Amino acid sequence: MPAKTKFELKLGNSTREAFGRTLVELGHENKDIVVCDADLSKSTMTVYFQQEFPDRFVSCGIAESNMAAISAGLAYAGKIPVMASFSAFVMNKGFEQLRCSVAYPKLNVKVVGTHSGITLGEDGPSQMSVEETALACALAGFTVIAPADDASCKALFRAAVAHVGPVFVRTGRPKAPTIYNGDRKFEIGKAVELVEGRDATIIANGLLVAQAILAAETLESEGLSVRVLDMHTVKPLDRDAIQRASAETGAIVVAEEHLVDSGLGVRVAQAVAETAPCPMEFVGIQDTYAESGQPDELLDKYGLVARDLAAAVRKVVARKRP
Amino acid sequence: MSRPIAELQDIAKRIRREIVVMIGAAKSGHPGGSLSAVEIVVELFFNTMKIDPKNPKWPQRDRFVLSKGHAAPVLYAAMAEAGYADTPLDQLNTLRKLGSVYQGHPDVRFIPSLEASTGSLGEGVSLGLGMGIAARLDGSPSRTYVMLGDGESQEGQVWEGAMAGAFHKMDNLCVILDYNRIQLDGFVKDIMEVAPLAEKWRSFGWHTLEIDGHDPAAVRAAFAEAAATKGKPTCIVAHTVKGKGVSFMENNPKFHGVAPTPAEVTLALQELQ
Repeated sequence: MPAKTKFELKLGNSTREAFGRTLVELGHENKDIVVCDADLSKSTMTVYFQQEFPDRFVSCGIAESNMAAISAGLAYAGKIPVMASFSAFVMNKGFEQLRCSVAYPKLNVKVVGTHSGITLGEDGPSQMSVEETALACALAGFTVIAPADDASCKALFRAAVAHVGPVFVRTGRPKAPTIYNGDRKFEIGKAVELVEGRDATIIANGLLVAQAILAAETLESEGLSVRVLDMHTVKPLDRDAIQRASAETGAIVVAEEHLVDSGLGVRVAQAVAETAPCPMEFVGIQDTYAESGQPDELLDKYGLVARDLAAAVRKVVARKRP
Repeated sequence: MSRPIAELQDIAKRIRREIVVMIGAAKSGHPGGSLSAVEIVVELFFNTMKIDPKNPKWPQRDRFVLSKGHAAPVLYAAMAEAGYADTPLDQLNTLRKLGSVYQGHPDVRFIPSLEASTGSLGEGVSLGLGMGIAARLDGSPSRTYVMLGDGESQEGQVWEGAMAGAFHKMDNLCVILDYNRIQLDGFVKDIMEVAPLAEKWRSFGWHTLEIDGHDPAAVRAAFAEAAATKGKPTCIVAHTVKGKGVSFMENNPKFHGVAPTPAEVTLALQELQ
């Protein structure tokens, strides 16, 4: 049952740390898993796997195109390659190889992007990724997952490896607020209703799930009952949960740490348009590149905190038909 | 036991005819770079490679990746002649037509016996590396052969793969460079010079040899030398003639990517008797 009580949001592990730890567990369970790295293992946390299974760790050099096609070759030969780098590099520099050598033959390759969004922080826009979800979703046959916290990332990365076919998993650099305890079950393509609500729905993923919960709490004190959905799977979308949210609450806000006009929001809008149209508002990064700063400062400056989500909810509720 | 060279020469001649006829029937395709690669592909599929066309997914088989995927007709004809169930000889003339297994570039969705879908240039060396690393992890004797074009060598990823192949000491990997000196827009030297190719591969740490890619004995010997080379991968720079075997196609940039007319097909078949 969705929680109705107030959440106590404490910082837990980053989702990249959750990925790195889970990868080692999976390495023990499945000897076919091979990890490909492009000189960022200490940042993507595949270094844990390297320490445990040096023979199954392939250094590809700072050459993401090479890494993507090496992963494809491993998959052709029956391995389960997990290739990881910053989202900005693995998707942008590896995109063509992910298209022609992975997506097109529909190979069983797991692509993990770390340091996604702008909360990578101090390194600035050359390392930030504000378009990885758009690119991943543009690869036909890919499953695209963006977990919110430690527990969901562990479970969803496990599900990604168990799934046969190409998957992109989007993770982040900073410690993530803990949303789930360890008991929750997760299913690819099935959204999680975290807060019940009647007046509007916030659909979010990644770090914005915590902001959505905070926004819902603020709005509750104003007399607005806001549903919160963790849409951890961007592709395939949970169209049933979206249709219910639209039909039952009549207003939807989508929030993501990604360019606002090419990520989760537009995909949800398409599903809403095709099922049960309702007013919508969108919270995300506008048509720009960010700057250096601390993650919290950046979320605040670029309009991605609870305050911004609450404002969007008030706006969308005002647009509802009487 | 090696297959007699004379037998392979007969097969090569049949494959050349099939290439010309199927591209003529398709009215589009790449005859020049298919004809330049015939002796190499024939030696691989009919002598050097340990493959079983009746059991195409035999785990310890050798693998062939056509990185220059536009030369698909030579691969299709060789696989059809070798007797793979999913490459029927009597359907070669459906090349490039809707529903045909013989897609414009190699596509594993239509021909599962293929080792890779290719066509976007520059990706084959990396694909071969992944296959080679998998074979090493499995303790398999499987060897992987990757055929590159010379124009294709302008792609940066080729050199990412070259660096990685030597670094990982991939002695189960062999690259064959079909050095026919012509690419789509003209002669390689006029588009973007890639020479000296053998020196480049050697300096990247590969065992590198140069051969006449139309001399069957030289091709065979080169593959034997590659297999005997330990601790590093091998690159065979095969000097070839674009359009080899058809006089009006030889060294003619036009026939990189243009199909012969019906009259030209007839003329070509007379030369390929």
